[in-house]
Amino acid sequence: MAEPQSSRVSYDFVTRAIARTLGTPGKGYFALLATAVALLGVGIVCLLFLLRYGLGLAGYSHPVYWAVYITCFVFWVGIAHSGTLISAILFLFRSGWRTAVYRTAEAMTVFAVMTAGLFPLIHIGRQWYFYWLIPYPNERGLWPNFKSPLIWDEFAIGTYFTVSTVFLILGLIPDIAAVRDVATGWRKKLYAICAIGWRGTNEQWRHFTRGYLYLAALATPLVLSVHSVVSWDFAMALVPGWHATLFAPYFVAGAIYSGVAMVITLLVPIRKLFHLEELITVHHFENLAKLCLLTGLIVSMSYCTENFVAWFGGNPHEREAFWYRAFGPFWWASWTMNICNGLLPWLLWSKKVRTNILGLFVVSIFVNVGMWFERFVIIVVSLAGEPFERFANATYNPTWADWGIMAGSFGWFFMWFLLFVKTFPAVSISEVKEVLPAPQRGKVAAS
Amino acid sequence: MKLVNPLTAIFHPPPTPGVLAVFGHLDTTVDAIGRLHAAGHTDFTVYSPIPRHEIEDALDQPVSPVRMFTLIGGISGCAIGAWLTLYMSYDWPLVLGGKPIGSVPPYVVIMFEMTILFGALSTILGILFNALFAARRLGTVAYDPRFTNDKFGIFVPSQPARAGQVESLLRGAGAEEIRRA
Repeated sequence: MAEPQSSRVSYDFVTRAIARTLGTPGKGYFALLATAVALLGVGIVCLLFLLRYGLGLAGYSHPVYWAVYITCFVFWVGIAHSGTLISAILFLFRSGWRTAVYRTAEAMTVFAVMTAGLFPLIHIGRQWYFYWLIPYPNERGLWPNFKSPLIWDEFAIGTYFTVSTVFLILGLIPDIAAVRDVATGWRKKLYAICAIGWRGTNEQWRHFTRGYLYLAALATPLVLSVHSVVSWDFAMALVPGWHATLFAPYFVAGAIYSGVAMVITLLVPIRKLFHLEELITVHHFENLAKLCLLTGLIVSMSYCTENFVAWFGGNPHEREAFWYRAFGPFWWASWTMNICNGLLPWLLWSKKVRTNILGLFVVSIFVNVGMWFERFVIIVVSLAGEPFERFANATYNPTWADWGIMAGSFGWFFMWFLLFVKTFPAVSISEVKEVLPAPQRGKVAAS
Repeated sequence: MKLVNPLTAIFHPPPTPGVLAVFGHLDTTVDAIGRLHAAGHTDFTVYSPIPRHEIEDALDQPVSPVRMFTLIGGISGCAIGAWLTLYMSYDWPLVLGGKPIGSVPPYVVIMFEMTILFGALSTILGILFNALFAARRLGTVAYDPRFTNDKFGIFVPSQPARAGQVESLLRGAGAEEIRRA
């Protein structure tokens, strides 16, 4: 196993290296930020057109009324999942390598849920009535229908956003205090306010570590539940290709798979931009790649199971739906999904690929593309091939408004992420120190 | 006549007199904690850049009460989830999909999410309340900015008459630097 960090890395080194990332940004950073804001601008313009002219602009046509926006919603919720997996589940498993990457993953979670949350609002058409989702009675005293998976979803996403945000902020407090104590000028004042009096006393650590443990224990079942609930938005309906008990674990594995890929996509440039090569090493990337491989294999197995059950179950509509997926007019989407998610992760069996940062970066982008198409195939293609009123099925094609708003969502996500990594420590200072040997006078620590 | 703001006493309490020692090593810090205990000190504050089990074990503190906040928050969340779904269903009974009006299995999802939501939020409140608002002598004991970086520290509250004794004890344990506050 490769050494997690070099021997040059000490407590002081960690504080300085991470505090340095918060200095005045360079040209590369501004170029990335400008790209993100430009993409967001494209999205906003498309959204304004959509508001003015209505959902017809999104190309919705019977029976495809859930299309690119819902695809993006599921995609972004999925991206969010690996953050909590790395920060909470691997925390409970006491896996040391997570410390260098978990803050990035957790920030990614929060911003991905923020992005995901926009899509149901865009999708509802009359965006100004979004508050109807909140459980309160309407003018005739009628409450929301709690038997509907869409209401479960609202609760799940709302809880997930709240819990992942507080989890991120809580973990940040000791690190902000560490930055406060080395910063100067207005930055020191800002961080002093954000650190809310943290000094690392034994009392503070006693409550903090206990509370963090319980938050991790609460976030673990939460992360598994959220994408299960998202999958039930589909699985509870009767559409062939959706109505499967496999959906919950299948979606959770897919979510973590795409999320880990996104963590790799984000970490590679961040590490380069902020010169964090000594803190985030090849060892960390290799472990992420292994996680990606594991979840990718679960996803591939789900594809096989899904197709097998469609054939073995003997339901003609189910069989037809899967035939339509693979050989219908959307064959290109299905095969992009199969190749990117089913075949490409097999490259990660090779240690050469797992330890090659550029190679991993490329694979991770393909996985992101593949996972977007997976949601597109499940949602749009299943609806487009619906057998219930076949005579009334029109042809669906995504429009420029779909692509524009999707591009805008990437801009929105990367904008928040870039602003975050420049404002707050993108690598956890205190947790990276936890896995280093503590300074000892008497003997060399085993730690 | 100078007006005295009565809130000053609450928000800017006078500093606690005592001795602050800076340690460069974990083992010397743990040793000092042991010596302080042996000398009968119980009311000191230990600073560390990271939580370490060695320090926790040496201090032998009770388990944090934050867990009670989590438990109570979780149970209330579950109860609120059950109330929300059942009350809202029976307030205007509508048969949907032939299912009973108050059908518990789908409501379990809401109850579960509310358990997590309330449990997590009350855990945060528990940490804030215990570690910040209700922390003893918060902001009145001496501090050094290196304690969040790479140094460990111990602050022992003591009257000036006894400070010399504490100083020699801490120096004996291996403190790098000592100052009186």
